[in-house]
Amino acid sequence: MSDIYLDNNATTKVDHAVVDVMIPYFLEQYGNPSSIHKFADGVARGLKHARQQVQALIGCEHDSEIIFTSCGTESNSTAILSAVKAQPNKKEIITTMVEHPAILSVCDALEKDGYTIHRMPVDKAGRLNLNAYKNLLSDQVAIVSVMWANNETGTIFPVVEMAELANAAGVMFHTDAVQAVGKLPMMLQDTKIDMLSLSGHKLHSPKGIGVLYLRRGTRYRPLLRGGHQERGRRAGTENTASIVGLGKACELALEFIEYENTQVKAMRDRLERGITEQIPHCFVTGDMNNRLPNTTDIAFEYIEGESILMLLNKAGIAASSGSACTSGSLEPSHVMRAMDIPYTAAHGTIRFSFSRYNKMSEVDEVLKVMPGIVATLRKLSPYWSGDGPVANPEQAFAPTYS
Amino acid sequence: MWDYSDKVKEHFFNPKNAGAVVDANATGEVGSISCGDALRLTLKVDDDSEIILEAGFQTFGCGSAIASSSVLTEIIKGMTLDEAAKVTNQDIADQLEGLPPEKMHCSVMGREALQAAIANYRGEVWKDDHEEGALICKCFAIDAVMIEEMVWANKLRTVEDVTNFTKAGGGCASCHEDIEAILEKVLAEKGEKFDPTAAPVVAPVKAAVAKAPLTNLQRIKKIEQVLESLRPALMADGGDVELVEVIGNTAYVNMTGACNGCQMAAMTIAGIQQRLMEVLGEFIKVVPATEMSKLVSIEVA
Ligand SMILES: Cc1ncc(COP(=O)(O)O)c(C=O)c1O
Ligand code: FES
Repeated sequence: MSDIYLDNNATTKVDHAVVDVMIPYFLEQYGNPSSIHKFADGVARGLKHARQQVQALIGCEHDSEIIFTSCGTESNSTAILSAVKAQPNKKEIITTMVEHPAILSVCDALEKDGYTIHRMPVDKAGRLNLNAYKNLLSDQVAIVSVMWANNETGTIFPVVEMAELANAAGVMFHTDAVQAVGKLPMMLQDTKIDMLSLSGHKLHSPKGIGVLYLRRGTRYRPLLRGGHQERGRRAGTENTASIVGLGKACELALEFIEYENTQVKAMRDRLERGITEQIPHCFVTGDMNNRLPNTTDIAFEYIEGESILMLLNKAGIAASSGSACTSGSLEPSHVMRAMDIPYTAAHGTIRFSFSRYNKMSEVDEVLKVMPGIVATLRKLSPYWSGDGPVANPEQAFAPTYS
Repeated sequence: MWDYSDKVKEHFFNPKNAGAVVDANATGEVGSISCGDALRLTLKVDDDSEIILEAGFQTFGCGSAIASSSVLTEIIKGMTLDEAAKVTNQDIADQLEGLPPEKMHCSVMGREALQAAIANYRGEVWKDDHEEGALICKCFAIDAVMIEEMVWANKLRTVEDVTNFTKAGGGCASCHEDIEAILEKVLAEKGEKFDPTAAPVVAPVKAAVAKAPLTNLQRIKKIEQVLESLRPALMADGGDVELVEVIGNTAYVNMTGACNGCQMAAMTIAGIQQRLMEVLGEFIKVVPATEMSKLVSIEVA
């Protein structure tokens, strides 16, 4: 059995077709796109083509609304810092408690500088309360930044509707769509979304390339100033090979978007059903009815995620966990805490995320080993005895300290 | 994935002594579900000899927590309780051929479970004296609680102070922003303001730097004072330092406990030397006492 990769929300394999279009930009067309000689001849055209391929995937009106950046993180930072810089009188930001650190850390830093950050809570299924959101919107808000889909649970937020509300209140709207682009169909020109971040390595293009979509007319201040690249909105010589690769990846993603929402989803559903039927005391986290088609996040109670991952790894299966120990912090993932998942379960969450490269037979392999792995670890757990959890686990085993 | 040693993997994949000892007469339970680690250690102790006949563990935790528990049971089987009481978290980490700094707390949890089990056997109540916070300095495995306590206790005001008292920040320096945040917070609680340009806290002895060259007796006294001030930081790591002899400008010290033989010992000694030079205002060389015998034999020869 060859290794099974079910960690596609972390990063993806680069598609062969993507590598193929990139190679000439390393070996032949390696000129600086700003230069006037034959080594740079086709480069500007290559970039233009890539811009159009991205445009087609996200459905924006103009290809000049695409700004290439170095990653999703840079796009996120650029969006938020631009909004506050361009509107110095507005001192509030609205976001959610479950954003990626690429948003939350920027907000934390701005909070230190005197900004008021509204971090909207979520319910047990990871959903936002839109009435509370409406009440937060005001002319004091510089920007709303809400992710399109959550990287841990796959839960989708109603960003199109939220952008309408923000727009009606005269507030700029940004969405971190790093997990959504390529998995969900989108037509940005029909929305009021002002800015959107995406990252190449989540859709089978290389790491270190991203995009900030900037709606024409949105007030903007660059993060990196320098040359005239990207119309002065993001200086720095273009990462030509990766841009061209990302373009190709977007073209492929558009082609496969239906496959993603049927075949890939079918694999996810089968794995999820198989696990929850075979293994007692586990449950799916997030909004079951409104999720990315490729993601399932399952909490295995009374055991810890890193241990599960190590045993999965030994069985040749790659997944990831929201457990504290995988990140080096002592707290389980902020997403699990925000959803109020009990600690006995939050530490044992495992995320399986699929791509079009996975096969149904791999699902069966995982289903074969998973019950054994969970049983092995439960045998070691002080919260478990025989066939079930000890009665009142939190009281029966209440160790000293903290 | 963590860079675990083969030993950690071995104990994780094939844990020794998993499960509770059936007729145990000592139990230690430590950890915290909110931190994602919890351990119950059960022992069967021979009442006459106080020898640990059997040890078993049940652990909720990551790979290194399970490995630490497993290796702990192997270490203590056959020991008397008095011997077992001396097992440190460093012993556990050493047996595992090292743990990543983020995971050292797993070995601490092992030691604490052991202490709790021994106390339980003796009818005492074990009290944890150590609260764990988020890991701040990865170079020296120092957490936020430790830094906060030091800032409170010693009225520290700058990152440099924190480094002098805890070692945190003395390596790659990438944790300085986090240390500043702790200083800001604690100083705000005390009604002060953090000023990155403030002069470092002057160690009380420093004010008394003598203009005239120190006599050997003065020098020894001052060295003792400095070592005293550094002791809390060392003890927090389970180590200690002892002054053995001063010959001229060379201070011979014994590093004990966790500091002894630990990979950080050389760094610690360099830190002590730096501190001594600052306070005494003269060149001081710090040398492990083990080097002294070599020196003496050379002199004799
Ligand atoms: C939701 C979300 N935002 C941002 C990022 C960061 O993207 P990048 O790795 O390209 O900086 C990620 C990737 O982990 C993500 O999942
Ligand atoms: S992390 Fe603190 S000095 Fe390196």
